[in-house]
Amino acid sequence: MSDTDTGRATGRRDPVVEALDIHKSFGDLEVLKGVSLTVDPQELVFIIGPSGSGKSTMLRCCNLLEQPTSGIVRITGEEITAKGVDINLVRQRIGMVFQSFNLYPHMSAIGNVTLALRRVQKMDAAAAEAKAHEALSKVGLDHKAQSYPSELSGGQQQRVAIARAIAMEPEVVLFDEPTSALDPELVGSVLEVMRDLRESGMTMVVVSHEMRFAEQAADRVIFMDGGVIVEEGTPQQVFRDTQHERTRSFLARVTDH
Amino acid sequence: MDWEVIRFSFFHWESIQQVYPLLLDGWWMTIKLCLAVVPLGFTLGCMIATVHSFHVRMLNYPLIFAVDFFRSIPPLVLLIYTVYGLPLLGWDVPAFGAVVVAFTFNSASYYGEIIRAGIESIPKGQMEAARSTGLTRLQAMIHVILPQAVRNVAPDLTSNTLELIKATSIASVVALPELLRMGRVTQGLVYNATPLIAVAVIYLIMLWPMVRLLSRLERRMMSSR
Ligand SMILES: Nc1ncnc2c1ncn2[C@@H]1O[C@H](COP(=O)(O)OP(=O)(O)OP(=O)(O)O)[C@@H](O)[C@H]1O
Ligand SMILES: [Mg+2]
Repeated sequence: MSDTDTGRATGRRDPVVEALDIHKSFGDLEVLKGVSLTVDPQELVFIIGPSGSGKSTMLRCCNLLEQPTSGIVRITGEEITAKGVDINLVRQRIGMVFQSFNLYPHMSAIGNVTLALRRVQKMDAAAAEAKAHEALSKVGLDHKAQSYPSELSGGQQQRVAIARAIAMEPEVVLFDEPTSALDPELVGSVLEVMRDLRESGMTMVVVSHEMRFAEQAADRVIFMDGGVIVEEGTPQQVFRDTQHERTRSFLARVTDH
Repeated sequence: MDWEVIRFSFFHWESIQQVYPLLLDGWWMTIKLCLAVVPLGFTLGCMIATVHSFHVRMLNYPLIFAVDFFRSIPPLVLLIYTVYGLPLLGWDVPAFGAVVVAFTFNSASYYGEIIRAGIESIPKGQMEAARSTGLTRLQAMIHVILPQAVRNVAPDLTSNTLELIKATSIASVVALPELLRMGRVTQGLVYNATPLIAVAVIYLIMLWPMVRLLSRLERRMMSSR
């Protein structure tokens, strides 16, 4: 615990996420070739790049769903790649939202949100439910608390998944293509929730192809290709004053349609 | 054909009136056996499947060996080992306990394989979502994976349970006074086979609802695919 405390005491200016020189290989395939990522408090960092460039892998290294082959990850100053760190304790502080929602289909919306509150944070039933209702309200779905995932639209399911992540009061939320599996008319509602979340000061790392959203909401855009960061800067810098040919051709491709 | 002989041998109602308390005792013993063995076998099966799914090599090899062992050995042989063998090994376990041990291990190896298939049918994202909120692997298994896995293989589990209940009649061979055993005993008392007909009827009444449940589950699974 003291680690965390000192981390927080000096922490106001500590980056929320600090990943240093991350390498990751799957067998012979080197997917990440030394990627570093720093995310400051309340920052929204956007990661773009072609399929297979390692975006998801990078994101998953930040909460150790993927164990980096080498490199260091710090969360608010605490080195979580160090030996003996209780990763389950750390993960409470890192929310994650997946492309395919991954809601638990056998539980109602509120059941999905309360599970970790009850089992990880050990809240009693009443406190967990209150917390869950609060989180569901934030995504505008408190009236669907008793609905099961199969009774919700894709957009609603993703918003419940966001509620599940933010109910834990994490210090950062990682989004892996949160709108890619959605019908176009449902994308807006999820982006709106993400925008609200940003307004409320949440630190966020978002992998997505929603370039318009990136331009409006991102503090920083990172372009990855082939397991490295090719280009990084404000949306203005990356989208308008593009430096690299690879970035340019990628942007041309995704903004085409 | 002498119908009177057939009636006396197989449908002698008066014999049943005479021995029905013994048959009921046997029926109750079968019920107790099932109430012990089904939950125990199922729980142990869940544990086996859970450990298996964690892919810890040091645990998996002995586990696979044990499961293969219990699946290849005929239940009757296992039963004889436990009923006559455990006391020899110095564990003075009553016949009922020895029978429970045998059926628990036998059925757990089958339940385990079924549940393992169920676990493998659950998308990887479920475990990842659960772990990303800080649940341990075991917690994720218990609260997220197993409930879905069990539901996905409900027909196979029901079918296995049906087989298990029927298989408990093998315990009659080692003199456990369960339903079939009491049928045989009372047959000897009344000198006709009517009690065995009664035994069949009791099994039918007991298992028919489960057979119905099974077809309903199977139909539901078919339509949900
Ligand atoms: N568990 C794994 N085992 C083996 N290879 C993997 C694994 N996960 C990812 N890969 C490979 O790593 C590479 C990068 O994958 P990753 O999912 O990080 O890419 P991405 O940038 O998120 O792509 P997309 O836009 O398609 O989601 C791909 O070639 C992929 O096949
Ligand atoms: Mg991806």
